[in-house]
Amino acid sequence: MERRERPALRLSRRLPIALLAATLLASCGRVEQPLNSFDSQGPIAERINELFWPVFWGAAVIFVLVQGALLLAVFLFRERKGKERPEPKQVAGNTRLELAWTVVPTIILAAIAVPTISTLFELAECPRGAMEVEVIGHQWWFEFRYPDSGVVTANVMVIPEDTEVCAKMTSDDVLHNFWIPKLAGKRYLVPGQETEQRLYADDPGEYWGHCAEFCGLSHARMRARVVAMTGTDFEAWTANQLLPAVTPAPGSEAERGMEVFLGGTCIGCHIIDGTNNPDPETLTVPAPDLTHFASRGVFAGATLPAQLEPSRADWEAGLRLWLADPPTWKPGSFMPELGLTADEIDALVAYLSTLE
Amino acid sequence: MAVDVATETVERAETTLFRRPRLTYGFWSWITTADHKKIGLMYGYTAFIFFLAGGIEALLLRIQLAGPDGAFLTAAEYNGLFTTHAVTMIFLFVMPISAAFFNYLLPLMIGARDVAFPRMNAVSFWIFLFGGLFIYSSLIFGTSPPPVGGSLPGGAADASALGSIPNSGWFIYAPNSGATYSPGTSVDYAALGLQILGVASLISAVNFIVTILNMRATGMRLLRMPVFVWMTLVVALLLLFSLPIIAIALFMLTFDRQFGTLFFVAEAGGDPILWQHLFWLFGHPEVYILILPAMGIVSETLPVFSKKPLFGYPAVVFAGAAIAFLGFGVWAHHMFSSGIPTVAQAAFGLSTMTIAIPTGIKIFNWLGTVWGGRVRLTTPMLFSLGFVALFVIGGLSGVTHAVVPSDWQQTDTYYIVAHFHYVLFGGALFGLFAGIYYWFPKVWGRMYSEALGKWHFWLMFIGMNLTFGPMHWLGLQGMVRRTWVYPEEAGLGAGNFVVTVGAFIIALGVLVFMINWSYSKRRGRIAPNDPWDARTLEWTIPSPTPEYNFAVEPTVTSLDDFWHLKYDEDEEGRAVRKEKADELVDDLIHTNGHPDHEIHLPAPSYFPFIVGLGIMFIAYGIMYHTRPYGIPMLAAGTLVAIGALVAWGSEPLEEIHDDDHGDGGDAHEDDTEPALNEGDV
Repeated sequence: MERRERPALRLSRRLPIALLAATLLASCGRVEQPLNSFDSQGPIAERINELFWPVFWGAAVIFVLVQGALLLAVFLFRERKGKERPEPKQVAGNTRLELAWTVVPTIILAAIAVPTISTLFELAECPRGAMEVEVIGHQWWFEFRYPDSGVVTANVMVIPEDTEVCAKMTSDDVLHNFWIPKLAGKRYLVPGQETEQRLYADDPGEYWGHCAEFCGLSHARMRARVVAMTGTDFEAWTANQLLPAVTPAPGSEAERGMEVFLGGTCIGCHIIDGTNNPDPETLTVPAPDLTHFASRGVFAGATLPAQLEPSRADWEAGLRLWLADPPTWKPGSFMPELGLTADEIDALVAYLSTLE
Repeated sequence: MAVDVATETVERAETTLFRRPRLTYGFWSWITTADHKKIGLMYGYTAFIFFLAGGIEALLLRIQLAGPDGAFLTAAEYNGLFTTHAVTMIFLFVMPISAAFFNYLLPLMIGARDVAFPRMNAVSFWIFLFGGLFIYSSLIFGTSPPPVGGSLPGGAADASALGSIPNSGWFIYAPNSGATYSPGTSVDYAALGLQILGVASLISAVNFIVTILNMRATGMRLLRMPVFVWMTLVVALLLLFSLPIIAIALFMLTFDRQFGTLFFVAEAGGDPILWQHLFWLFGHPEVYILILPAMGIVSETLPVFSKKPLFGYPAVVFAGAAIAFLGFGVWAHHMFSSGIPTVAQAAFGLSTMTIAIPTGIKIFNWLGTVWGGRVRLTTPMLFSLGFVALFVIGGLSGVTHAVVPSDWQQTDTYYIVAHFHYVLFGGALFGLFAGIYYWFPKVWGRMYSEALGKWHFWLMFIGMNLTFGPMHWLGLQGMVRRTWVYPEEAGLGAGNFVVTVGAFIIALGVLVFMINWSYSKRRGRIAPNDPWDARTLEWTIPSPTPEYNFAVEPTVTSLDDFWHLKYDEDEEGRAVRKEKADELVDDLIHTNGHPDHEIHLPAPSYFPFIVGLGIMFIAYGIMYHTRPYGIPMLAAGTLVAIGALVAWGSEPLEEIHDDDHGDGGDAHEDDTEPALNEGDV
């Protein structure tokens, strides 16, 4: 009998241990978490965490005190078999105590309120002289425009390091919310209104972002990246973005891809400067400018390729998946299934990979 | 049995147009009843069925999120399920099950024979039921094509049935909820369904306010009312003032969608943020509508199981009222990242912090109640203590939202999901379960199984913390809300797996509860009339409650009057049970179980049911007004509803005596205040 019971017993012991291990693993941060707001990489996110942690620890102290008092009360005053407790004193209240637990929390809250309000006013609005980037939300991708240089791009916002950046944001359709957890908090993109978000990256790097406001079917597929560069790299990037698209060499696979692009429905929505320049007003739906598509590294709402550090093969596989069937990856997508043949997809991948 | 004596009806000449139904048992008695206890039970059972539906929805969501890049549900299905889970749990479970408690207990706790307007009480139940059925009928009739110009996988024209339930989030934010971005009818089911449910809640709110203000037992001054009754009053006032706001917002949304108005259409100069102000100006008081009933319940159970009066009764009452009042001034804390002006963010951050003060007062007073008591760890007491423990966590994380810049990181992540589930699951639901166990013997006259009850508690308590605890970390580590998949690369898989395991442990707890309920209600040990040595009036009558509640109208001379009948205090202030306490209690309960005269009870009526049915068809008619059958449906629904109201007005008030004009709720035939009897609704 006893032997039989053992495996079950073991399982019941193992399960809590496994759960505990999983919880620890999830909370200790050893796993790479590109959207982790605790891992701040700039002064704005840093200030928010500096505000959060003292409040958190204060709350933790109150938590321990209150739960401790509750547990102690239950432990001290519970009825046990064979140990009858005396009838309790019928205490209906105590004015001093009640005053104390009204006044003390008020003081604690006032102490929290002061840094809250000062940090709020410090961070809420862009300082003068910040570099402006326009952010326009679409179902389901972010568009970025640089009014100083005229660069237009999508999915990846490139900024210089150690620079105040002011995102001036609006939406083309529904509400969206621009969130780069390691750099800043959230701010809505509201159709018909302009909102502001401060961004500041201490060091060069790639920072993940996500649309945080529910924006319809493919909300989960609306992500973004912010790439911070050194000042010189940023200037080089800007200069490159302003160039028209490269024209593929005659007879190459890429040229065939360009023909597929120009001959299909792609040109109804996508601009490739120098190759396809329709009047923006006539586009069927707004779609990312593809002039420097390959310079961005990610596409499909910054969800593909999914890898943290994608290889060239990952990139091509992601692009094939996307071109073959956009609505399956991004339900509701305004890019329909185009019915491309494998051959046409190969050609398009070759062409798009030249658009650095 | 006494019940039969009391409800025996006398044949009368058919002089009026309509006769009222008289059945006291069987199917039709439930359809036609105006008895607050039967209505309360119907509310309870209906709400519980919706709770199971909402729970299954939650489990489906958790299966999808158990690992990264889940493929169990489609995006449309996921969006439908998370929306309907919220709508169900808020509007079809917590609100109606609170209404079940109000209905069943309120008259008993204030010493009345029914609510002020018994048939109105019935109509609010039927409207609620048909409103709930209306929302869920979207499973069959709803449509949810992609936004205009978009494509679904495989070129499908419409989402599956699960994807066609309301899918715009329970908050129905404009402009995503508009006709361009949400074509199809799934959003209409939410907008019109919530409108119907609002009517039901508004009617019952008026009913409860009138009942509490007018029908208390002699001597029960306002500050002698049990805290649960106080919280009922506060919740009813909250409903009365907040529901009209959402009604207007929903009308505007329905007009935008159905008749081409442009309230929230940005391209035409409409304002999507206006929707948020209207929604949360209702939505935040709504949060207190959900939690205050549970706070009322534990304010009853903690004193009973600690054998002490509630610590600082007036403070607890006023804190409840203060929470409700302040609750109308904090709505924009749901919108800190929406781009509202910085000064507004500061103001709403501060007002939100102030709510922590009355909430803290309540928690400390509950602690003070338990401290020094004689604590019996029964199932309802465990749930009450669990309520306090979990609510503290939800309250503390709530303060971190008031720290506005922190909230910019927290909002729209699972941190928020964790917070409000600690408040509404750990809070409201644990409080409600405490109440269900506490009053179980009152309703059925039998005891529940204490062993199963404890299993239920521990499964729920552990499951709840495993489910919602890790969400705090997940949220701040980048788990965005309302996303049907998250990438493996985000590093959130392990935490999400724990959450899913926790959800299934909760489900197991609910299963244990259902077994306990259905077994104990038939086979449980016969309950004594005062099993908990309680303090309030509902325990001075036999269990299960007789149809007429009190054979003799109670008179009250103090707070916790029933307790003072049983106990004195010695010079130290310790409770001393009176020598004759048992005798006194037995006598009182015996007297209350044996009326010496016929007691007039609210007569049943068919019409509340028919009104509810008519209203549902009005909603279908509005939604389908462009289809050939829409207008006929609208006309038929209107005719049925108005016809039933006219017939209701023409109904004889009583079937019993020609010389009696009092309607049902007429518990006060000797009352010196006849105001409510004539022309009763």
